[in-house]
Amino acid sequence: MKFERYGIGIAKGLAVTIRHLLRRPVTTQYPEQRLNTSRRIRGNELIWDKDKCTGCATCAKTCPQGSIEIVTSVMIDENKYQVEKFEVDTGYCIFCGLCVEACPYDALFMGYSYERAKYRRGELVMANEALLASAERQPSGYARPEVAAALPKQSLLLDNDRGKR
Amino acid sequence: MAATKEVIVKTEPFVVNFGPVHPSTHGVFRMRVTLDGEVIIDMEPVFGYLHRGIEKLAEERTYGGCIPLTDRLDYLASMSNNLAYCLAVEKLAGIAVPERAEYIRVIMAELQRIASHLVAVGAFLNDCGAFMTPILYMLRERERILDLFDMVCGQRLTYNYMRVGGVSQDIPEEFMPALKKFVKEMPGWINEYEWLLKENEILLARSKGVGILPKELAVNISASGPVLRASGVKWDIRKADPYSIYDRFDFDIPTGTAGDCYDRYRVRIEEMRQSLRILNQAMKGLPQGEVRSEVPHIIYPPAGEAYAHIEAPRGDLGFYLVSDGSIAPYRFHVRAPTLINLTALSDMMRGWKVADLILIFGSIDICLAEVDR
Amino acid sequence: MTMTTLPPDWPGNFWAHWAIFAVIIIVFVLLMFMVFVWLERRAMGIMQARLGPNRAGPFGIFQPAADGLKVMLKEDIVPAKGDKVVHWLAPLVAVVPVLMIFAVVPFQGGAILADLNIGILYIVAISSVATVGVFMAGWASNNKYSLLGAMRQVAAVVSYEIPVVLSVVGVILLTGSLSMQQIVMAQDVPFILLQPLGFLLFFIGALAEINRAPFDLMEADSELVAGFHIEYSGMKFALFYLVEYGEALAISAIVTTLFLGGWRGPLLPPWLWFLVKVGLVFFVMVWIRTTVPRVRIDQLMALAWKFLFPLSLLNLIITAVEILAWPSVSPWVLVPINFAIMIVLILLWSRLFKLGWGRVEV
Repeated sequence: MKFERYGIGIAKGLAVTIRHLLRRPVTTQYPEQRLNTSRRIRGNELIWDKDKCTGCATCAKTCPQGSIEIVTSVMIDENKYQVEKFEVDTGYCIFCGLCVEACPYDALFMGYSYERAKYRRGELVMANEALLASAERQPSGYARPEVAAALPKQSLLLDNDRGKR
Repeated sequence: MAATKEVIVKTEPFVVNFGPVHPSTHGVFRMRVTLDGEVIIDMEPVFGYLHRGIEKLAEERTYGGCIPLTDRLDYLASMSNNLAYCLAVEKLAGIAVPERAEYIRVIMAELQRIASHLVAVGAFLNDCGAFMTPILYMLRERERILDLFDMVCGQRLTYNYMRVGGVSQDIPEEFMPALKKFVKEMPGWINEYEWLLKENEILLARSKGVGILPKELAVNISASGPVLRASGVKWDIRKADPYSIYDRFDFDIPTGTAGDCYDRYRVRIEEMRQSLRILNQAMKGLPQGEVRSEVPHIIYPPAGEAYAHIEAPRGDLGFYLVSDGSIAPYRFHVRAPTLINLTALSDMMRGWKVADLILIFGSIDICLAEVDR
Repeated sequence: MTMTTLPPDWPGNFWAHWAIFAVIIIVFVLLMFMVFVWLERRAMGIMQARLGPNRAGPFGIFQPAADGLKVMLKEDIVPAKGDKVVHWLAPLVAVVPVLMIFAVVPFQGGAILADLNIGILYIVAISSVATVGVFMAGWASNNKYSLLGAMRQVAAVVSYEIPVVLSVVGVILLTGSLSMQQIVMAQDVPFILLQPLGFLLFFIGALAEINRAPFDLMEADSELVAGFHIEYSGMKFALFYLVEYGEALAISAIVTTLFLGGWRGPLLPPWLWFLVKVGLVFFVMVWIRTTVPRVRIDQLMALAWKFLFPLSLLNLIITAVEILAWPSVSPWVLVPINFAIMIVLILLWSRLFKLGWGRVEV
């Protein structure tokens, strides 16, 4: 006579649960401990390098949302465009990174920080000088291998790297 | 003694609305259920609450710009959606993909399958009533996979990683050691889940024999994915109509016998193990090379139509593209597997009780974003 | 019904004894309620690989106080068409019996509010009154789904009373008295070893009666409604919450007294042993809650009538036979015999476990 379903399944489940009492929880206490994000993070801002940009507008053509607006004027003597307005509506942007990949002069970067919320929608429309890199606005290595090599390594749960208890 | 007369208590069926906002439906899904006491007589699904017009939006974007749109179709399996769309465009435009990109695509698709099944099984067990414990364990494993995806493309949910003609960027050098570690440790975690819940008597009593989808009905409504395979039909697009380089890998197709909720749960767990097998083989065979063939950012495929389908975690996902030679697709249609799997829902639920309604619904694993597009 | 006399060294008369113990019991219940809420959330969290509450005070020990404060500040909503008097009375009718159970629980040798010589019968009687409160709550909400939930709860409680009471009778047979103090004194060998089947039946039945762990379909969120307390908010909801954890505390105390030996034990002071054992039983309840999924309503009733009830009758018969046939044998001989009988019975009954039934042809 074969015996099954006499409670052994529940007993096995109880064993698994009690074993977890002895393991470290995988929670990270957020504001006090922060993990290192990916080096290629498509964080929620765009960073523009004014010197390398030539105003070719490849990024604006590639953007699926149409959130980049570029106004240029011609400088015949130097044989390149004068970029008068480079405006990105970061509220409409979906942070897909297609513009960063498309830029032929490596003048556009995704942002590395992720805690960049604003209080008003109007502040999300950023233009010209507001888009430059600075101490709070670090570029990330998405599609830019040389920037990625300089950023800190990502913390992986596989390495049990979940911050201090 | 008076003769016993059959006293018929007159009962009246009433309609209950499981509203769009519900703690246990996977998204905004509405069900109008006709109940007689506790027994379900009829069920009418009402969906469309998450319709965003993706097929129309795609007609205004370039072929490369539609890829972020496909991410948002079945957001729990973004890589698969990207892959299917890119296959369709490559078929339409006749673009070849380098070898290394094919292997990377397979690796990403299989990792995505594991991640999606983890959520599916976890949510199913959560609906059974095991108070969040299984889903939290499975989300912990999914975190490891999402870390890997984060390393490659910078996002954790909407990857936008595949491109027409390959993938967007090469994998970083810390990816392969991390992937090796994951593939080595994952079978142990899956065994732990099995210990937790495979033979649990209460789970067996609640899900075995419940919500049976008969084989003929499953084939007739063109169900696909784990729902079809649990009913006993051995049909997997990766073997029946191989795409990409799946014909080079050696794996089995788990099938169930009875087509009940328990079998669907078992099929998903076994599929996770088979995905690990494919990952092992793909990691060993990964060649060097470039990851993206020379395709411009904006392409103009010749006029025509193409249909490509893959085995997404939820079923047979297909993209039908019609091009008229211009910058944007003329028609972009998604064959959503979960929408078609939903057709059988009212047949599966008839005769069961209210408590089983949630369970059966959780076991077919829908993602509303795909149903509603 | 007579009461035993007070301990000889007790100062003052009976009313002083009553007043002091009433205060002790109320403080004990409220304090242990908060400790239990904290323990459950923390233990469940760590077993799920996450931390429990950890912001409100060190290790989150002020979390139950914060929850209590929040609940007291909420608006008290009464349904317009409901029965207002019944709606107001229902939480009281549910809470008072829970507090009254502790009148006969021995915290220490002699430290008991009233050592009734029908102690356990009093507990069984009083705990059924709480169900009336639940039913009143379901009725007064003017909501047919809460009425359905309340009726399910009443059906479940009534079904599970019988196996629970029968397993208690097994303990009474071994003791020879209904008084809780006598039961503790008679446990030279804890009754969990002498009556393993009785303990199992009592524990499962009690879990079903207090609506916890695998049997919490009345308060589950995955079904239609949240149960009988759907229309309650504010302090009245807090009272129902108190009822849930208070009953868990009461069941833990009863299980400790009946099966684990009450306050007896070496080394530590007796009241500390009592607290440790109560905490241990509650931890087992939390452990089961974390692991096991929920049963369906018809499976709940089937479990009561087809599994627990026959087994409790068999347990009673076997205990009676053992006492009559071998009245003077040492209890340690009976321990392995009883364990073997329990295992055989459970294996035999598991053959009746049916899967996948419950479909009705429509």
